[in-house]
Amino acid sequence: MTKPVPTSPSTIGNSTDPDLGRRLEHSHNGVAHSLPSVSQSLVELYRETPPVLAPDGTQVGPFPAGLTPADGVTLYRWLLLGRVFDEKAVHLQRQGRMGTYPPLVGQEAAQAGSAYALHPEDWLIPSYRDHLAARMRGLSFRYTLMYWMGIEEGNRIPDDVQVFTTAVSIGDQLPHATGAALATQLLHEKRAFIVYFGDGATSEGDFHESLNFAGVYRLPLVYFCQNNQYAISTPRTRQTASATIAQKAIAYGFPGERVDGNDVFAVYDAVHRALERARAGEGPTLVEAVTYRLGPHTTADDPSRYRSKDEEEIWAKQRDPLLRLRRFLQSQNLWTDEDEERARAEAVAEVQQEIAAAEAAVQEAKRHPEQIFDHTFAKLPLYLQRQRQEFLTVTRGDNGQS
Amino acid sequence: MAAVTGEEGRGVAVSTPHRTSKNGSTNGSASLNLNLVEAINQALHLAMERDSRVVVMGEDVGRNGGVFRATDGLWQRFGPERVIDTPLAESVIVGAAVGMAAFGLRPVAEIQFEGFTYLAFDQLVTQAARLRNRSRGRFRVPLVLRAPHGGGVRAPEHHSEAPEALYAHVPGLQVVIPSNPCDAKGLLLAALQQDDPVIFFEPKRIYRAFRQSVPQEAYTVPIGAAAVVREGHDVTVVSWGASVHSVLDVIAKHGVDDNNSTDHAASADGIGHLDVDAVSHLDVELIDLRSLKPWDEETVLHSVEKTGRLVVVQEAWQTGGFGSEIISRVAQKALYSLQAPPVLVGGWDIPVPLAQLEREQLPSSVRIRAALAQVMQG
Repeated sequence: MTKPVPTSPSTIGNSTDPDLGRRLEHSHNGVAHSLPSVSQSLVELYRETPPVLAPDGTQVGPFPAGLTPADGVTLYRWLLLGRVFDEKAVHLQRQGRMGTYPPLVGQEAAQAGSAYALHPEDWLIPSYRDHLAARMRGLSFRYTLMYWMGIEEGNRIPDDVQVFTTAVSIGDQLPHATGAALATQLLHEKRAFIVYFGDGATSEGDFHESLNFAGVYRLPLVYFCQNNQYAISTPRTRQTASATIAQKAIAYGFPGERVDGNDVFAVYDAVHRALERARAGEGPTLVEAVTYRLGPHTTADDPSRYRSKDEEEIWAKQRDPLLRLRRFLQSQNLWTDEDEERARAEAVAEVQQEIAAAEAAVQEAKRHPEQIFDHTFAKLPLYLQRQRQEFLTVTRGDNGQS
Repeated sequence: MAAVTGEEGRGVAVSTPHRTSKNGSTNGSASLNLNLVEAINQALHLAMERDSRVVVMGEDVGRNGGVFRATDGLWQRFGPERVIDTPLAESVIVGAAVGMAAFGLRPVAEIQFEGFTYLAFDQLVTQAARLRNRSRGRFRVPLVLRAPHGGGVRAPEHHSEAPEALYAHVPGLQVVIPSNPCDAKGLLLAALQQDDPVIFFEPKRIYRAFRQSVPQEAYTVPIGAAAVVREGHDVTVVSWGASVHSVLDVIAKHGVDDNNSTDHAASADGIGHLDVDAVSHLDVELIDLRSLKPWDEETVLHSVEKTGRLVVVQEAWQTGGFGSEIISRVAQKALYSLQAPPVLVGGWDIPVPLAQLEREQLPSSVRIRAALAQVMQG
């Protein structure tokens, strides 16, 4: 067997060389017995983000460009708001005031660090657990609550908020992000998209179809995977035999970067650079934020059936993203217990106000049940006008007058 | 744009012959003698010229012009940015088209054969069909999904299906299927004016079967309006797509079975005793549904109230097919007008046979004649 002749990286080009695949095909024609080695280029596509904060809050690396410790205060307020919202939302479900709800607890730093890197013109295409990231983009919590309380108006994103509708079917939103980024590219708009999904979604065909497409067209898109270790009960090791999720990007010809998802500054760093790449026309990036879902998959789930208390304790006590950031801020004299109390009180007040607004919206929607027919088409077709009329006269008994 | 035939929302009697190149246009302006696939191609050219948001995407639609040449010349004319050769991945073709539509474009996505739309089924049903509703109108999906439809061209397995009822069942989708070049162009341009997704099936058996005089200019045929192809008083026949021509064969007394199906079909149905020769003298009213969702209930009911008899001819599987929807509606709305039980001529409820026997699956002249005889006797 002929040993492959290594080709120097300089002749292959760097790892983000868009023409690598084409040139390899062509060079193949000219090589008698071996293909040029591409292993170095492939390796270069995989990266690991240098950590900024150790789990105990100690700074172990430089701040990402453009961030100062003071940004930590802003970010911590977001993390705390996410945590408070989540506690209240679970409580609402337990009280019977809200339906099934997917908690985000444990993933605050992954969501906040990534959303903090977005520019106003960028778009966020969320999954169903990304309440904090959406809030940071300007989507009031009332919408999230309305959706999980059970009215579509919760998915009626206000016109000035650059967040797409919540995706529920796993992985379905990835092709939408592909198309959205393609539209932006064709319309010559300068903006990037970020699409959120979990580790389970990486097993879906749509994940692979979307990344493949985006790689071919070098789309301005960041794939942001919150690897929270479980898809309901199925652990990450049962989703893929890959050592990491980030490395999957290599197969699609663009960089994949793995980052500690509970290190808010490192998450920002990875996503910020990925967005810059996207806006500069250098194509997509897959960022894998390694984190942990401290709560259940949804309020209908019981994690004790599939994971140990010991494991949960380690993540809750030693790797909590809020504790990590708070310890760092306190060590820098940027945060006090009084700040904590005040910030928590503000968060509670915001959430309570949003709950009241959401519950009022639910009552309003229930007063007009015929609106379930609205928005199926731009214009209600005749057959739906008739069904709506039937609904009003027979089901509602109000002779179609309302 | 002027409708080539009729007013929006109502079926109309048309003089457009389905097989000749006479007539059929509106106002005497220039016309082209086109077959169905050329009419689609011409509509795409017009749409892309008129609206820079229209982009064409799919497998082999660019440089190659599509495997049926429906997109021929578009890539050369409008460039690779607007005529996008996609990776071979149906789900992301539709899923990306949803994203493109939501973010300002008007994608015309091609799925190479109807049998491969199933790979994109989730994106069509879960996403394209309901994004407007689930976002309460914030995001809309002006997507036209084109796919060749049906059998009869001796294609390989999975290339000859008639899945229109699957899509017509889904809230939020519109489903159309033209039976001639004029309608193909007008319906496609109408679909491109919609702000909601349209599944546009193209009967591949008649892509090149005949030519028609097609107005050169842009015009629309309203979605949801059937065409009364031929007025008659004895029996109403409702059909769509290529099957319209199977019915026309019978009406035109080309009733000799032209597709190798054998006469045992009639006796196998237990109707061998019926006078199938007499149907040549029937005065048939033929309705080409053209749109399945929404479908032109008024035109069908009006016709059945006049004739008292109904035959539905479809290529698709019988159980849960769209013909059953039509017969159900007629039973609910016009039962007392019926003088005989309605008859459904459809594909057998089997996987579409491979090329050598696929014609046995299509509504043959023998079976249509037998159905007419049965409905006249009942």
